Amino acid sequence: MNEQLAHPAARPLTASQAAGFLVRQWPWLIALAVAVLVPWLFYNWTTGRHSGFMVSMLSQMGIMIIFALSYNMQMGQAGLLSFGHAVFLGLGGYVTAHALNAVKAGSLWLPVELTPLAGGLGGLAFAIVFGYFATKQRATAFAMITLGIGELVTSCALMFQTFFGGEGGVSTNRMIGRSLFGLAYAAPVQVYYLIVAWTSVAVILMLLLTRTPVGRMANACRDNFERAQFVGYDPRMVRFVQFSLSGFFAGIAGALYTLTYEIVTYDTVGGAMSANALLMTYIGGVGAFAGPVIGAVLIVLLQSWVSLLSNSWLVYAGVLFILMVTFAPGGIAGLVMMHQPIARAGRLRRLAGPYVRLVGPGLLVAIGFVLVVELCSFLTIGAAQGKSLTLSGITVDPRSLGPWLAAAVLLAGGGLWLRHEARGFGLAWNAVIEEIKAHGRQM
Amino acid sequence: MEVLIVSLLNGLVYGMLLFMLASGLTLIFSMMGVLNFAHASMYMLGAYFAYSVSRLVGFWPALVIAPALCGLLGAIIEMYALRRVHKNGHIAELLFTFGLAFIIEKGTQMAWGLLPVPYRVPAVLDGPLFRIYGSNFHAYRGFMLLISALMFAAIWLLLTRTRIGLVIQAALTHPEMVSALGHNVPRVFTIVFAGGSALAGLAGVIGGNFLVTEPSMAITMGPIVFVVVVFGGLGSLAGCFIASLIMGLVQTFAVVLDVSFADLLARLGLQVTSATPFAEFLTIPLPRVGALLPYLMLILVLLVKPRGLMGTRDT
Repeated sequence: MNEQLAHPAARPLTASQAAGFLVRQWPWLIALAVAVLVPWLFYNWTTGRHSGFMVSMLSQMGIMIIFALSYNMQMGQAGLLSFGHAVFLGLGGYVTAHALNAVKAGSLWLPVELTPLAGGLGGLAFAIVFGYFATKQRATAFAMITLGIGELVTSCALMFQTFFGGEGGVSTNRMIGRSLFGLAYAAPVQVYYLIVAWTSVAVILMLLLTRTPVGRMANACRDNFERAQFVGYDPRMVRFVQFSLSGFFAGIAGALYTLTYEIVTYDTVGGAMSANALLMTYIGGVGAFAGPVIGAVLIVLLQSWVSLLSNSWLVYAGVLFILMVTFAPGGIAGLVMMHQPIARAGRLRRLAGPYVRLVGPGLLVAIGFVLVVELCSFLTIGAAQGKSLTLSGITVDPRSLGPWLAAAVLLAGGGLWLRHEARGFGLAWNAVIEEIKAHGRQM
Repeated sequence: MEVLIVSLLNGLVYGMLLFMLASGLTLIFSMMGVLNFAHASMYMLGAYFAYSVSRLVGFWPALVIAPALCGLLGAIIEMYALRRVHKNGHIAELLFTFGLAFIIEKGTQMAWGLLPVPYRVPAVLDGPLFRIYGSNFHAYRGFMLLISALMFAAIWLLLTRTRIGLVIQAALTHPEMVSALGHNVPRVFTIVFAGGSALAGLAGVIGGNFLVTEPSMAITMGPIVFVVVVFGGLGSLAGCFIASLIMGLVQTFAVVLDVSFADLLARLGLQVTSATPFAEFLTIPLPRVGALLPYLMLILVLLVKPRGLMGTRDT
């Protein structure tokens, strides 16, 4: 913590520096360009239609990026593990649905483009209420309170008709005929570009927020809350502010969800959605600002593509999560950052060989594992759905011994081989690190 | 009176079942600081193992085999996975068990299917034990009560009268000191984790056929067990016992008592109509709010008394 505080970049930015700071974030600009262009790569020029699957998947990515980043405001930046973050996504969604319905009924003036603001304010309001209680505690007690709040709100959503609409949820219509730019928002692609715009705004705001005194103090309270107290800050207040702001952004994500699907149900506040935020954020990496973005993109890809191929995509997501927790607590972003000093020393090529050697056994284990999972799920779930198991064109009978044996051989053989290669890789990695350290000392 | 006695007995049965789950979790949580999300998954696995084993060799061997399998699985998890994650910190351990619960749930769905399995109460115990105010008391409830009472006595004797029990009790509060005195604390951890998992498995064996054996039984039970553990307080089995009974009774009585705030107000002479503010909130009957009560209790306890009922330290 000492070094970080002494570092000049750690100082809060003034407004004039903020612009220059943004220019340096060129990967974000590339990501934005990709987000704008990708729908057109899948545009069907003969029928003049966008690919519905692509647009819906990309929209979901945008929503989940905001959601995961807002979750990381608590988890990564303030060290607050929450099991009920979906509450603010869902409640933001409900508020937006009611706002849209009110606009339709003529009792409220609000263009479609600004409805996410309503959702955000809704999320903020609820986060202030719940945060007042939750942030009294930290660490495990905080996690338990958020778990309780999550379950509480989910039960309420099923119980109360007027606000939550019970099990049916609240339906709405985004075509309310009020737009700043005269757009009807009939086509999903228009909503997608609205999501891109709001995601960009939210990402920029959250990025800037990490450079404000609030964001910095959140880090300080995460690392050493007693010391932060000695400096004269109230850690509870810092937690509260961070929690509320995080609720605001989750509310924006919820509003975009409502605009996309035009219905909000109790799933949006439920435990599965909260777990989703945790999965995305942790797999992407809590240590880096961009980590949750990577995680969100990856999980949505898994969710959309792998769920088309397999019933058991959640198993793969779960195993990925466990592997990350066990071997790479920094997530994907953490793995990338581990390579930074090596790349700076120009020794990344030394690791290419060991990496390539990991690919073979890694693939074997992965194929063996996928085979086991698919065989299992076809025996029970698949059979119930009357499907037959087809792997790369060959129909496999999950009741015969052959495929099970093959899977066992792949898993065991690949596992042993992987263990051997991993040991070699560890040695190579340590050698490179030692070399860089020795080199640094000479300089 | 009739309702009171019957509900009291039912609440007691449910409370003891909760205690069987929560006692292991309290020990694990107090000792290792790990909030084990996979604990309720062991309860579910216990039920499924018992179902499969009882189809092969009958219910009575399953009563022993299924918890033993769960205990073995717990020992493997602790020795080969949790210890490795331990160096990444408490949060990583917690997240690991969270992911594990997730995978066990999906794995159960893959192995036994999405629908509930027909795991039934053994025929011997499937009948009335005695009659009370005209309603039957099911023999299996009596059996559950008996098993949980025996288990409670066994734990109590183990923890207070044996050497390993004393070491466990000491390691609950002062793990470093116990380690410094030359005891193998990691092995104690493994024993506690395996024992807790076996207890959860036993709860699954006797609870699975009484309630219903389905892939979502871990998710429905998990949060309630957490509430019991936090409510009872860390490091206190007695607190855990009291909390289990309170929770069992609260949930049973919430189902039986069909009243709402509106009825209360009506007694005071205030009539709630649809025009009254918060009418929906006021007229909702207690049985529908029953599911909310544990979480309300959890939040209230953590706010007012973060140590829980009889806890010796903060969560």
